[in-house]
Parts: sequence; structure tokens; C-alpha cells
Amino acid sequence: MLPDYGIILLFLFLGIAFVASAFVVSWVLRPREPNPIKESTYECGEVVKGSSRVQFNVRYYLIALIFVIFDVEIIFLAPWAVIFRELGVTAYIEMVVFVLLLIFGLIYAWKKGALEWQ
Amino acid sequence: MVKFLDIIFNTGIGVALLGFISASAMFLIWWERKVSAWIQNRFGPMRVGWHGLLQPIADAVKLLLKENISPASADKLVWWLAPFFAVVPAVMAFICMPFDKNLIARDLNTGVLFMIAITSICVFGIFMAGWGSNNKYSLLSAMRAVAQIISYEIPLTLSVLTVLMFANSLSMQDIVRAQSKYWFIVYPNLTIAFIIYIISATAEVNRAPFDISEAESELVAGFHTEYSGMKFAMFFIGEYTNFFIISAIAATLFLGGWQGPFLPPVVWFLLKTYAIVFLLMWVRWTFPRVRVDQLMAFAWKVLTPIAFVNLLIAGLFLIKTR
Repeated sequence: MLPDYGIILLFLFLGIAFVASAFVVSWVLRPREPNPIKESTYECGEVVKGSSRVQFNVRYYLIALIFVIFDVEIIFLAPWAVIFRELGVTAYIEMVVFVLLLIFGLIYAWKKGALEWQ
Repeated sequence: MVKFLDIIFNTGIGVALLGFISASAMFLIWWERKVSAWIQNRFGPMRVGWHGLLQPIADAVKLLLKENISPASADKLVWWLAPFFAVVPAVMAFICMPFDKNLIARDLNTGVLFMIAITSICVFGIFMAGWGSNNKYSLLSAMRAVAQIISYEIPLTLSVLTVLMFANSLSMQDIVRAQSKYWFIVYPNLTIAFIIYIISATAEVNRAPFDISEAESELVAGFHTEYSGMKFAMFFIGEYTNFFIISAIAATLFLGGWQGPFLPPVVWFLLKTYAIVFLLMWVRWTFPRVRVDQLMAFAWKVLTPIAFVNLLIAGLFLIKTR
């Protein structure tokens, strides 16, 4: 038997080989007639204006920060959920306290307007 | 020697799964076009093969023969790598896809966690495509897609955790076996979890009504505007494979996976999966697109609190019936 993570590595290589082989076949078959117009950035046929590296709304950054907090929380919840029935009432109360703390965090972010998208 | 044979054997399984993935993606593309045509009162593809059944193959050949146009201003390395990130994680997610009691590449003991983790990697593909293209539409689409996917990741994972509380295991096969008496969806908490899962999963794969990252009317084609030929096909395969994966996870976690009377287990698994696929197609072609602020507000102000409360009530229920 391959170890569990051996098969994951094997499938990683298989997936890469799948995509790469499709590219190679297409590379052999496809025509090549590049010209500067074709290679210009697509902007609905207009001449490109300015760089596309523009400034972005800071909301994206706030959403990412909130996501990181909740994602870490979920990682803590996962083992608890799996053995929940063995742990019983004490662990439940502990987790309620933990979750409530984070929900207060969410409410705080909400009241501060971090979730508004205007 | 044994090790070598084992690698050959597992590679065989992998190649078979790759065949299934390609066939399934092609079938889903054909079916989506047929369902949309049916809902919009037209025929859809009819010319190539019986009722256009060979249309996806014709499309694949066409895309294979298309010229590769790479924008001069693109960030070449990132632009080239993005299609890999779109497809490879989707292929890897098939490792613990329980088609049958024994028909599974490997029943990892962290199956569900692995599935959720590996399907999340597709976000990198989308963002790399948007960034690498150096195109305003692509970048805007990629930013929106990432914000959307990470927001809906929270309620999605919370609804999966609710299932884990009932199943007491992370292995996909154990979860299916835990449903031998009742499907998990019959428990009220898990019915709510199922609805949350379906809504979040629709957002995770960027399908309407949550398809603001591919909103044709404002963003052309979104993050794959600059891709052509086989690279575009890879994004398409990745998208439809992810669509199949989220439906299959829903069927496994909530609808009893391969369990069912009379018919063979594989047929039951595919029936349930394609029923959910059909449901999501129906939703896509029926509902209008939501605005980006509504979308984010819905994830954080509605779904996430409901999912948390649902998780805690599920805990109370389990303690009471223990």
C-alpha cells in the first residue's frame, strides 16, 4: 500500500501531467500567427488606457482579515466537532464560550462598518 | 517491486478518474446547455450527434486547434501557471470521492477536511489568472471572485462541521456508513445545514445568481478574458469539475452517498449527485444576478450567523439525545 500522502503526491503529478499533455498536444497542432494587435490587452477594442495595476477598494483587505480570523476558528472547531459525542457537556460549554467571543467580534466588525460594501 | 506495482496500480486508478473527470465535465457542459435551452424555450445544441451529445467533443477539438494568444503585457509565468491551479486541485479532490463501498481511490482518514482544503486552492488559479493577464476586467473579476469565495467558505465549512458532529468522523466512507439508517438531511439541524451548504457552494463555484466575477455585461468574460485555446478549455474543465465535486460532497454528506435500495451503489451516488447538479443548473438559469454588496452582506450578515447558531443548536440536540 502506498502511504496516504503518497497517493496525494501521485495525483498531484497526474493532474499536472494531464494539463501539460493537453498543452503539448495543442502546441503541436495549433497555428502560430502572432501580431502586435492580437497580443495587445483586450479592452473591448479600444486602445488600452493606463496600467491595470489600479488601486483597489480597501474593503477587500478587511474581508480578507475577517476571513483569516474565522478560518482559524473553524480549524479549532473541526477536531471538537469530530469527537463531540465523546466529549460531552463540558466541552460543549467551552466551545459555546469560544464561539460567542468570536460572534461578538463579528458584531463589533459589523457595527464598525467593516462589512458594508459602499 | 511491490511498491512499484502499487504505484502502477494507483496510476491506473488515477488515469481512470481523469477519464471520468473529462467525460463528466463534457457531459455537464452539454447538459447545462440543454437545461438552459429547455428553460428558455429553445433547442440548444442539436447538430453534432444525437441531440448535440457530441457537441462538447467538437468544441474540445476546436479549442485544441486554436491559436494561443498570449498578451504582450501579461505576467507570463503567473499567466501560464494559472490553468494548472484551476484543474490540478479538482483532480486531487477525486482521491476521496466515495463512488461505492470499495470504489474510492483512497479513503483518507481526514477525507472531508482534505476535500475542503484542496478545492479552496482553486482560488489561487482564479487570482493568478486575473493578476497575470494584466487586464482591468480580469483583475477586477479576480478580486471579486476571491472576496466572494473566502466569504462563503465560512458558512460552507460551518455547515460541513455540523455534519461532522453527527457523523463523528472525517472519513468520507464513515460518513456514508453513519447514514445507513437515515440520511442526514432528515435531522432539522442538518436540513438547515444542507440549505446553507447549497447556497455557499453555488457561490464557491461562481455560478449564478452569485456569478458577479463572470458578469458578462460588465466584465466581458471575467478572469479568463485573455485566455484562448486549450488554456481556456482548462478553466472550463476546472469549473465544471468543481461543480461536480461540490454536488458530490452534498450527496455524500447529506443524502446518504452511495446508499439506497435496489439499484447498484454507484448508480445511486451518481443519481444523487446529478440531482443536485440539476438543482443548481435550474437555479442558475432562473434567478437574476445579485449585486456585489448584497452578495457580501448576505454571506457575513445572514449565512454566517445562521450557520453558527445552527451548529450550537445541533450540539444541544446531540447532548440531549446522547
